[in-house]
Amino acid sequence: MINGAQAMVECLKKEGVSVMFGYPGAVICPFYDAVYEDGSISHVLVRQEQNAGHEASGYARISGKVGVCVVTSGPGATNLITAIATAYLDSVPIVAITGQVRRDQLGKDVFQEVDITGSVEPFVKHSYLIKDANEIPRIFKEAFHIASTGRPGPVLIDVPMDVQLDELDNFEYPEKVNIIGYKPSTKGNPLQVKKALSVIEGAKKPVICIGGGIINAKACDELRAFAEKTGIPVVSTMMGLSAMPSNHDSFIGMIGMHGTPAANKAVSNADTVIIIGARVGDRAVKSPQAVFEGAKIVHIDVDPAEIGKNVKVFVPIVGDAKIILSEISDKCDYVCPDEWKEEVKEYKREYKRNLESRADIEGFVNPVKFLKALSDKMPEDSVVAADVGQNQIWTCNHFEVKEGRLLNSGGMGTMGYSVGAAIGAKLAKPDVPVVAICGDGSFQMQMMELATLVQHGIDVKIVIMRNKNLGMIREIQKNLYKSRHIASNLDGSPDFVALANAYGIPARSIGSNDEIEGAVNELLAAKGPYLLQCMVSSEQPSL
Amino acid sequence: MMRTISVLVENQPGVLSKVVGLFSRRGFNIDSLAVGTTEDKSISRITIVVNGDSYIIEQVEKQLNKLIPIIKVKTLEEGGYISRTLSLVKVSASAKTRPELMKLAELMGARIVDVSKNSLTLEFADTPERTEVFMSLVRPYGIKETVRTGAIAVESGHTVI
Repeated sequence: MINGAQAMVECLKKEGVSVMFGYPGAVICPFYDAVYEDGSISHVLVRQEQNAGHEASGYARISGKVGVCVVTSGPGATNLITAIATAYLDSVPIVAITGQVRRDQLGKDVFQEVDITGSVEPFVKHSYLIKDANEIPRIFKEAFHIASTGRPGPVLIDVPMDVQLDELDNFEYPEKVNIIGYKPSTKGNPLQVKKALSVIEGAKKPVICIGGGIINAKACDELRAFAEKTGIPVVSTMMGLSAMPSNHDSFIGMIGMHGTPAANKAVSNADTVIIIGARVGDRAVKSPQAVFEGAKIVHIDVDPAEIGKNVKVFVPIVGDAKIILSEISDKCDYVCPDEWKEEVKEYKREYKRNLESRADIEGFVNPVKFLKALSDKMPEDSVVAADVGQNQIWTCNHFEVKEGRLLNSGGMGTMGYSVGAAIGAKLAKPDVPVVAICGDGSFQMQMMELATLVQHGIDVKIVIMRNKNLGMIREIQKNLYKSRHIASNLDGSPDFVALANAYGIPARSIGSNDEIEGAVNELLAAKGPYLLQCMVSSEQPSL
Repeated sequence: MMRTISVLVENQPGVLSKVVGLFSRRGFNIDSLAVGTTEDKSISRITIVVNGDSYIIEQVEKQLNKLIPIIKVKTLEEGGYISRTLSLVKVSASAKTRPELMKLAELMGARIVDVSKNSLTLEFADTPERTEVFMSLVRPYGIKETVRTGAIAVESGHTVI
């Protein structure tokens, strides 16, 4: 005989789960007890539930598997909400397990009861409230399947405490799922592929615009092959960064409000744009209709609802980017005209020249130079998790990704994302260096996780770009609100070096460009977690 | 433009709230909604009349299709379906006006389902357009109360969803 909690553990093992991130509470205790008894799944104890979600998300994005987080009912579940929404907007496959009050108490507003499936409805791919322990195997099987197939996303499973304690009639993990309304398409419609090919053949100024869908579809090699075969310049949304090395000859840069002028110029001057796995959100292209005026758009996406939502499309193709890209690549003999390739490369060179001619602000670290040094010194397959704010824009535009990965909260822009994402990434790939880059604002939303690093001996390096302000808000106030700075100054923040030391984590602060090299060497050489504070001017612009 | 969308869903708890929630958060306008089981008890049909242009209708279809318990979504072709709403209308009726109302009901194909000293209750099942005509004809007598269902619709001919 096996009870609900033990069945949950069995299901996780069947799904190959070896680690999960969480925080216990009374009504999830039966499950935790079953995890203890089984002993084969390791558990990372976070210091606030939101981090459990980001850690599961970072783990999922680097491992390519479903990330799992576990919290209790009520406040545990509501604390997790931000991380669930973050995963939803960035299409990350996670399964969130929440404890719930007993079935007979549901809807009675008892202690720590909240309708969590109702609360997360708008930003989960699917959710379940388990009312019968015998449903556990089917629901877990479906949840992992839904989270990881088609356009990935978070799935929540709410399990009342008495369901965890109930005995199952028998435990049998289903081999297959059968959800009649859920059959994501993978292969592109052959007619549409043919149409796309003829559009590409006729292009004089084509651009490939990639999004996070390339990475989700594990189509990075196919993308590179297609770009190299045709010579078509590649630009990326924030979520698509690291699908292609930033120093690749065909790669121009990030598009959008915080992208590089070179990439934006390439898109607005293009006559054909091949969008792959990107939803063309408002930060990527502010008014797509105006920007793409006159250009023929081929849009490849696994989610049909994204095609035609934000931009009018000439050739829509619904399906898996990996399959479609390799098909198009195979059938395509197109070579991008040299004049256009040269023109776009000149955009990139012009941007680099402008950037290099900019004077440093005396007495501070220039984040552009710091990130360049960091990317030069880190091994090619390293993982960097950016936070949100100016630090993110600097990282996206100036950290040169090679064979590694850059993690971002692109859709939600969730401050406090980076350390959690980095912890998950490190557990997914223990052999590569992992660095979280954040600002002094975002660090203070997650600094409780220093304890998690220490408790579990997780080797994550943290870089804080400290400008004593919410830099991006300060910049908005300066440019749009006549420098009427309100609530953007971070006075009262602690000494981060002393704080790290209090946790037993070595730390250092630098305040000039001369110290960059030594500090980066020290950071990378450190065994175990390390914190580096870079003093940055509050006048340092985002772009 | 009003369009009728027929949706087949798995009959499980919360599915209606998923559908309705999607409409409200994406700013789609529901004109009417009707839900009921089909010949297969595990499947329900939701008929939604939506007001929107072709972009909205396309988005409604695509976003509905993304919900896991939704099996099929179809926007019915203009003129290619039969649609009905059911109305129960309580009208003031004196000894003098009762015969007129009875005549009117007969003409329009309405049924008298309840009679009291001062009122008549009429049952009328027809297209949304004919229902408007019927309402305008009984309105002068004094409508005390109206109860109307959302439209349900079935495609004409052999086609099924």
